[in-house]
Amino acid sequence: MSGPSTYEPKTGFTKWLDTRLPIVRLAYDSFIDFPTPKNLNYWWTFGGILAVCLVIQIVTGIVLAMHYIASTKDAFASVERIMRDIDYGWLIRNIHATGASMFFLAVYIPMFRGMYYGSYKQPREMLWILGVVIYGLMMATAFMGYVLPWGQMSFHGSAVITNLIGAIPLVGPTIKTYLMGGPAIGDATLNRFFSLHYLLPFVIAGVVILHIWALHVPGNGNPTGVSVKDAKKDTVPFHPYYTVKDGFAIVVFLIVFAAFVFYFPNALGHADNSIEANPLQTPAHIVPEWYLLPFYAILRAITFDIGPIPAKLIGVALMFGSILILFVLPWLDTSKVRSMRYRPFARQMFLGFVIASIGLGFCGANDPDTLIFKFREDKLSLNYTATTGATTSEIFDDFAAAQAKLQSLPPTAGGAIEISKSGFKWLWLSQILSAYYFLYFLVILPVLGVIEKPKPRPASIADSVRKKHGSKAKTAPAGAAAPQAAE
Amino acid sequence: MRLNKLALAALTALAVGAAALPVIAQEHAAPAAGGEQHAAGGHELLAPTGGWSHEGYFGSYDTNSVQRGAKVYREVCSSCHGLKLLSFRNLGEPGGPFYEARWPNPNDNLVVKEIAAMFQIDGVDPDSGDPGKFPGKTSDRFPNPYPNDIYARVVNGGALPPDLSVMAKARHGGAGYIYSLMLGFVPPPAGLTVAPGQHYNAYFAGDTASSWSGDPRHKPPGGFLAMAPPLATDGLVTFDDGTPSTKEQMARDVATFLAWASDPKMETRKKMGVSVLAYLAILALLAFVSYRRIWRNVEH
Ligand code: HEC
Repeated sequence: MSGPSTYEPKTGFTKWLDTRLPIVRLAYDSFIDFPTPKNLNYWWTFGGILAVCLVIQIVTGIVLAMHYIASTKDAFASVERIMRDIDYGWLIRNIHATGASMFFLAVYIPMFRGMYYGSYKQPREMLWILGVVIYGLMMATAFMGYVLPWGQMSFHGSAVITNLIGAIPLVGPTIKTYLMGGPAIGDATLNRFFSLHYLLPFVIAGVVILHIWALHVPGNGNPTGVSVKDAKKDTVPFHPYYTVKDGFAIVVFLIVFAAFVFYFPNALGHADNSIEANPLQTPAHIVPEWYLLPFYAILRAITFDIGPIPAKLIGVALMFGSILILFVLPWLDTSKVRSMRYRPFARQMFLGFVIASIGLGFCGANDPDTLIFKFREDKLSLNYTATTGATTSEIFDDFAAAQAKLQSLPPTAGGAIEISKSGFKWLWLSQILSAYYFLYFLVILPVLGVIEKPKPRPASIADSVRKKHGSKAKTAPAGAAAPQAAE
Repeated sequence: MRLNKLALAALTALAVGAAALPVIAQEHAAPAAGGEQHAAGGHELLAPTGGWSHEGYFGSYDTNSVQRGAKVYREVCSSCHGLKLLSFRNLGEPGGPFYEARWPNPNDNLVVKEIAAMFQIDGVDPDSGDPGKFPGKTSDRFPNPYPNDIYARVVNGGALPPDLSVMAKARHGGAGYIYSLMLGFVPPPAGLTVAPGQHYNAYFAGDTASSWSGDPRHKPPGGFLAMAPPLATDGLVTFDDGTPSTKEQMARDVATFLAWASDPKMETRKKMGVSVLAYLAILALLAFVSYRRIWRNVEH
């Protein structure tokens, strides 16, 4: 909503500067005077929170880099040295490690918010796309950062991911080699990950500037989805109204952040990462950090080949696809109505989408073959080769009976008793939820936009606010900073 | 308005879910400072009577227990296990077991000096330049008991005794795991074959399936490891404070010592947390009051 600038330089220096480099004017127009819809709720406060997260990660990261040693021999010990021997090193490192999780928490919430309120719709498509770019860069940064402490999960997690990239047809193997810097994950890999991990946050900062720029052309969306009609009635200046509201939200966020840093510094990590990396010993369960779990679940949900395409490749394609699909979301959602407040059916579907996304996170954390619940008590199955040559398996309740049968078989039968389980697998849940994830984007949103009959929307932001408060008279905002006049 | 509430409820659920996810998903992750009851191999870990003093928001290490544990480590475990991330001086730093206010510099701490001198450290004779073994100094690191990993494996039946510096962080259950491991060397149940050189332990993070001839649905918990029970009999160590050195006592003390070794800054961290959170709470209150004031006359 870049209107005419109202900035007036006051001092001699700012007047001089304004005609040469109007940077103060830019800041004033963007963060002081910027007209912002007055009905934004707390879901809109995450922009400020994310800016704080980025700054925290960069500042703590620069300090950590002063002490970290990117070598397979010393990396693990150097991180522990930071925790033990550097003044406040434990604090800086806990903030940085916890900060990664907090950053993702703070990016997921406004992403869902954007999906609910249709923030990606015309004219904010670029804004949304740049957001997805930032999110992708964050994932790359976080993945490489997780490798640096060189624990067991660092090493084996990076092996899983580089293998996935290697599975991409044609270009995969080349990208994989460039990523690893050699035939195996080692010193070369660690050094280039460190280098890129230091670089990418600054790339993120650059894209953030574009993101803010793209925000300031159309201005903020708002919970009603109705565009600003009359800046005087519908908006308030960003400062002090939103600086104080965002400020409050940031402090609340920092409380959650601090609780983790000081009281649960390891709750977001994995015990195995306190074991130094050992390429020869694979951990029993390799799991990524929590914020990547839903994608991990989608990857593992595909256990069947489709025609000539192997399961693994489909899994990789769907995993990357689940993120790439966000880029075209503005065009998949065909509804003209932005906010789902006025789309009764879409709202239910969105709730399902949120549940599916969180559910996929749980699927990613659990072994796909373990059971969520049992259909029946575990039984025993005796598997052997019958005299006819066919592989046979018999089910027993009782161990003694199974053993008696096993003893009666000839030694050539090669019998073995195994547990026979029957129940609902995590795998099935991840398949169902993955299906919903894609259906939501590819079928539900495009179709609903055409067939759904939206509820009536308020005529304007000011109107909806008035309705909410039930006041008939149009009240005038008082206070020097709110120049709106009574009509 | 109602719609808004619904949306809010959904997104609150999301936020709570997102916050809870890491905790639930990583239900096996090591707790902040080790300890805590965690199911291992399908059954609860053992815990000493009275639990662990270092757990909880305000918990701090039981200094006497850490001191005794340091002796158990030195006299029993140090012949096989290193503690390479720790220096002797750490013992005398604030939060450490032998810290005393009269020795703000741990290198002056007589107790620490004495302990360091009990270890023989590889070094070079400053006069002759000959390599050799010398009594440890406070600035030295705890020595590795073996010249190299291959040698360590050869003398331990093929298994490498892991460094214990971060052991309490590296196992689910932390101190509780170490305590249970020390006391978990029970006779193997009938039907479980223990290979020569291996020892059955009901709490070891391993698997017994392939050595179990009974009903696979009821395989025994735990696993096999190459370490013989290190605290098999009472009285292995004579504690300086006169505490009777039962197996349970030694196990508890060495577990507390290793919990401290894994997270020596825990007490500083928790203490600072209180002031940081109090500060932020006041700030939040002020911010909220300002928010209400500034928005007082704007309908939104
Ligand atoms: C005689 C040598 C020896 C002594 C003494 C010894 N250990 Fe061990 N320890 C080992 C070996 C060998 C292993 C590796 C076992 C394996 O992986 O099979 C081991 C493994 C461990 C483990 C890791 C178990 C796991 O979950 O992987 C812990 C913890 C441990 N020892 C603690 C101690 C403590 C505490 C003491 C002193 C009370 C001690 N050990 C004394 C040889 C020893």
